[in-house]
Amino acid sequence: MSHLKLDRVSAYYGAFQAVADVSLDIAPCSITALIGPSGCGKSTLLRTLNRLHETTPGARVTGQVHLNGQDVLDPATDPVEVRSRVGMVFQRANPFPTMSIGENVLAGVRLRGRRLSPRVAEQVVERSLRAANLWQETKDRLKKSGVGLSGGQQQRLCIARAIAVQPEVLLMDEPCSALDPASTAAIEELMVDLKADYTVVVVTHNLAQAARVSDQTAFMSVDRAGQPGRLIEHGPTTQLFNAPTEAATGDYIAGKFG
Amino acid sequence: MTETVTRQPLGAGSDEVALITTGAEAFSPPRRPTQDLALVRHRRHRRTVDRVMTVALASCAAVAAVPLLSLLWTTLSHGLSRIDPTFFSQSMRGVAGVGGGALHAIWGSVLITLTATALAAPIGLGAALWLVEYADRSRSLLTTGLARAVRTVVGVTAGLPSIVAGLFVYALIALVAGPGYRSGLAGAVALAVIMTPVVESACEEVLARVPGELREGALALGAPRWRCVTSVVLPTARPGVISGVLLGVSRVVGETAPLLLVAGFTDSMNLNLLDGRMASLPVYIYSQWQNKGVAAAAYDARAWSAALVLVVLVLALNLTARLSARWATRKER
Repeated sequence: MSHLKLDRVSAYYGAFQAVADVSLDIAPCSITALIGPSGCGKSTLLRTLNRLHETTPGARVTGQVHLNGQDVLDPATDPVEVRSRVGMVFQRANPFPTMSIGENVLAGVRLRGRRLSPRVAEQVVERSLRAANLWQETKDRLKKSGVGLSGGQQQRLCIARAIAVQPEVLLMDEPCSALDPASTAAIEELMVDLKADYTVVVVTHNLAQAARVSDQTAFMSVDRAGQPGRLIEHGPTTQLFNAPTEAATGDYIAGKFG
Repeated sequence: MTETVTRQPLGAGSDEVALITTGAEAFSPPRRPTQDLALVRHRRHRRTVDRVMTVALASCAAVAAVPLLSLLWTTLSHGLSRIDPTFFSQSMRGVAGVGGGALHAIWGSVLITLTATALAAPIGLGAALWLVEYADRSRSLLTTGLARAVRTVVGVTAGLPSIVAGLFVYALIALVAGPGYRSGLAGAVALAVIMTPVVESACEEVLARVPGELREGALALGAPRWRCVTSVVLPTARPGVISGVLLGVSRVVGETAPLLLVAGFTDSMNLNLLDGRMASLPVYIYSQWQNKGVAAAAYDARAWSAALVLVVLVLALNLTARLSARWATRKER
């Protein structure tokens, strides 16, 4: 079971500090929601967990992120290896336009240079699409382009692509913010299914979504623009929503700012 | 309607001022005949200006198109006379006067241009890939400095007069093979010097347009950077890269000066790029025009026909490039 432990993580873009000193324990096989107002650094924090943050020119991270005891942020750790253990789904569905639906699902395997026999490849495609609740809709059009799917289907295709390589952790960066309510409900249902096998960390602007799907919630905030985002409070979702210990958390949940 | 309000002379009458300040009625003050006349005049003036400008701009567009259409028509009407089997099956070897063809020049152009493309396309694409995919994402000062230098050099080379490129290659080859050496390969190198910056800037633009989220998607799946480039970025950019290369080809296929310098001209077929003078269509046109023999009309006709072949070739390349780009954008949707 994949235990993710953040220890005083700070993230920078050049001279600007976006995230300051976040320490957080993320329980395995659960959904942890990161909430907070715009610009509080929650997406940045998420992107440090698979070392995608550092691909932005000038960006850097300090602190430690332990994944089953290994420090993800250690310069000696291979970021490519980290990313194959920590999958990610983005705000906007990004299926590869030159690949078919089936090829998209297999992209992670192939991009790591592994070859699969046609039979195994078929199994991986079916298993992943079933796990993403997309098999019924796509089983007859696996050879067609993924760009032809609806927004919600594209996002589920991206989830299938991420879990096809069987990561330990699945990061989701506002996965529903571009979707209609029906597609959102489908993704949320899927997230709850996924936590049986994966440790899910989801960034969301949608408080109701955080309340519906997550087990743990972490609230981040920022004093004012130009200041780094900080972790204000972290705890079981029901407790954080019903009886927050910090005044700022209560204000945010009540819609007083953000 | 607001126009009439602003045109209202201030303080023209106390009752009017009151009207203006009381709510909705203020926007439709009582019209006096003189004001209406001014309004009508203003509108008429505006309509006239609009019409004059439309006609003027449409004429500009027409004038811009006229030379091209005229050029196509002239080339077509003069050039068709020698578009015959002989023209495409014979060289000028031993021909004085009527007859003869441009087969050696067509082959020369094809070989030289293909070789130039084989040299310029990988270098141009490689440079663009390095700049967009690696240098722009690097935090090393050395790399970013080098990238800036490469961009400057490419920009300068793009504006290099083609005859200078020819002279440069002539001098370069004279160092190795001695003066007076001419070959198709030297011509191809000269064309590649002209073509590389064209391909590079076209590819750079196309690669920069590949959405960053596709790169992030590939990296987040655990792809090494090079595989993200070869499996995701390049396939996505491929139609644009093809059209960039074709634009580069159409840019150099009509180049005359550098080929005249380093590939020379011959009446005979020469398929060996490494040895001896090699004809090409632009140089063929020039030499037919310049060195008319006894039957001058036959030389003129051959020059025009070669010109027609060249124009059709360039148009076809441009069209393919455009179609390739359009096909790509359609597929993205």
